[in-house]
Amino acid sequence: MSVTPTPIEVATDEKTARRLRRGEELEEQPTKAGRVKKRLTSRGATVVALIIAIVWTIPTFGLFVSSFRPAEEIQSNGWWTIFQNPGFTFDNYSEVLFSASQSSPQLGAYFVNSLAIAIPATVFPLVIACMAAYAFAWIKFKGSNALFILVFALQIIPIQMALLPLLQMFTAVLRPIQAGLHDAIPMIPEQNYLPVWVAHTIFALPLAIFLLHNFIAEIPGEVIEAARVDGATHSQIFFRIVLPLALPAIASFAIFQFLWVWNDLLVALIFSGGTQDVAPLTQRLAELSGTRGQDWQRLTAAAFVSLVVPLIVFFSLQRYFVRGLLAGSTKG
Amino acid sequence: MTSADLIGKILQVVGGLAIFAAVIGLLLFFLDRAPKRGRDYWQLAGFLLPTAVLIIAGLIYPAFRTSLLAFQNNSGEWTLDNFVWMFTQPSTLVTLGNTVIWVILVPLLATSIGLAYAYFIDKARGEKIYKALVFMPMAISFVGAGIIWRFVYDYRGEGREQIGLLNQIVVWFGGAPVQWLQSSPINTFLLIVVMIWIQTGFAMVILSAAIKAVPVEQLEAAQLDGTNGWQRFRNVVLPGIRGSLVVVVTTISIATLKVFDIVRTMTGGNFNTSVVANEMYTQAFRAGEQGRGAALALILFLLVMPIVIYNVRTMRKQREIR
Repeated sequence: MSVTPTPIEVATDEKTARRLRRGEELEEQPTKAGRVKKRLTSRGATVVALIIAIVWTIPTFGLFVSSFRPAEEIQSNGWWTIFQNPGFTFDNYSEVLFSASQSSPQLGAYFVNSLAIAIPATVFPLVIACMAAYAFAWIKFKGSNALFILVFALQIIPIQMALLPLLQMFTAVLRPIQAGLHDAIPMIPEQNYLPVWVAHTIFALPLAIFLLHNFIAEIPGEVIEAARVDGATHSQIFFRIVLPLALPAIASFAIFQFLWVWNDLLVALIFSGGTQDVAPLTQRLAELSGTRGQDWQRLTAAAFVSLVVPLIVFFSLQRYFVRGLLAGSTKG
Repeated sequence: MTSADLIGKILQVVGGLAIFAAVIGLLLFFLDRAPKRGRDYWQLAGFLLPTAVLIIAGLIYPAFRTSLLAFQNNSGEWTLDNFVWMFTQPSTLVTLGNTVIWVILVPLLATSIGLAYAYFIDKARGEKIYKALVFMPMAISFVGAGIIWRFVYDYRGEGREQIGLLNQIVVWFGGAPVQWLQSSPINTFLLIVVMIWIQTGFAMVILSAAIKAVPVEQLEAAQLDGTNGWQRFRNVVLPGIRGSLVVVVTTISIATLKVFDIVRTMTGGNFNTSVVANEMYTQAFRAGEQGRGAALALILFLLVMPIVIYNVRTMRKQREIR
């Protein structure tokens, strides 16, 4: 997914555009659209919509049902025959998560890794981007506009362009630090999260700065001027005024970035080293899919273990989620 | 995972966050105590410093170096061999051709289906549920989506009971099961289906918002003129959402050009299904052919560039208006 500023600009007039940006739902406003209840379309359209909805849901549903079926059932008949061949078990889940046997996927460790990668890789770019966005919006200097456009334009660079040299730099610069850490605290393995965190932070910055700038620039100038007159320094203004006021935008971007990192495969493949010490769920899943592609009892359960966090976020924070996702949908 | 491992991991996260907080805190602390003269410049520099360091060292310099690498062979001599390889090898030509098929079909179909769906469910009962069902694939990883669909495409020999839904449907209609993912060229189209499955939700949500913003007066007027649903759609709604349509198509195009995880998870790029982003990874990080990988990354960059420039220009125009 690099940027897209534009989805935020969907609405046609300035007022609705601003409202959308703030994340309010149009439907909730007493608009004329609400008054004219008459539907635009016919019964045929409803049927087509229903078919699309079903077709879109069935693949996920099939996998979900299968993940609770005993191995021999999964391997011998389709999930749609579940009523002829009943069977229900949690064995698949307990096996992929907790079994210590060599052949099991041992997802517990990878689940922890996914979390341990995603949380800092969300916090770091957010804080750094907030600072930069504040500087671009509220510290006046020559060339501020040009520099901001440059940062925005950096989204033009696909991450593939940066991967090779970045890996070489990390080997030269970060590897000694990691080794030093390992010597100092043996509990921290030599392969640690540092390169993955840094890589995700770098790749998130252009989009994050752009989105947060849009929001931070809209804070009323009088508020910040008043604080300046009272003798507040930039860092005081930043912490006391800008961050609290920008919270909605920060929340949206945080959700987007968290899920982006959680779902990422490419960055993990290149920077994690692929061991149990660092590799996230997605990498383990991709590996299982390649080497044990027919172990459907494991793959179905394993896939759902990786889907559960995004799905919880999706269903509980749907509004923020949609906003964040739309704002960042072209990242990467 | 032993408990020592777990403690090590928690230690890393907590330590990492603490060190980060300390560094940023110290930076801001000293900025507030910068010399009076030119304090504004010190503070400006301080606020931009972390970004500048990371972006210059992590994006600009590497991109520049990749561009150079593309014109070098493995022993560092300047050459155009990587590009000659790319445009003459039958297998890479298939890769480039596949990428073109992807970038034509995915935006076209995902946008059309998303638009139709958004229009059909507009103001319908249970609109929110309808939306959630189609939007959900956006939430999950491409890897997860790859596994979901590999299960749909699964193959069992003829005469055995099928466990993949697609082959079961073929069998119900009296056909013989097919090894979908191994059969070129249909396998590329089946991978494209996965991407469409994911991107339709994105198109639908954006276009649905746009449809709701079409002025009701215009629709009412059209209705009074005795137009039918299709005419209203063509002549009132479609012109009204033109801007959003462009955004959706360009956005999906960019995402499609960079598609990697789906191909990697489902076929690994075998059986003539590879695309540029996957081939770049394979060459640079699996085959040890850095020059070729860099050349492919450069091609990807050149393909994405016009679309992003278009987006940047739209943004600049909007800034001027404001």
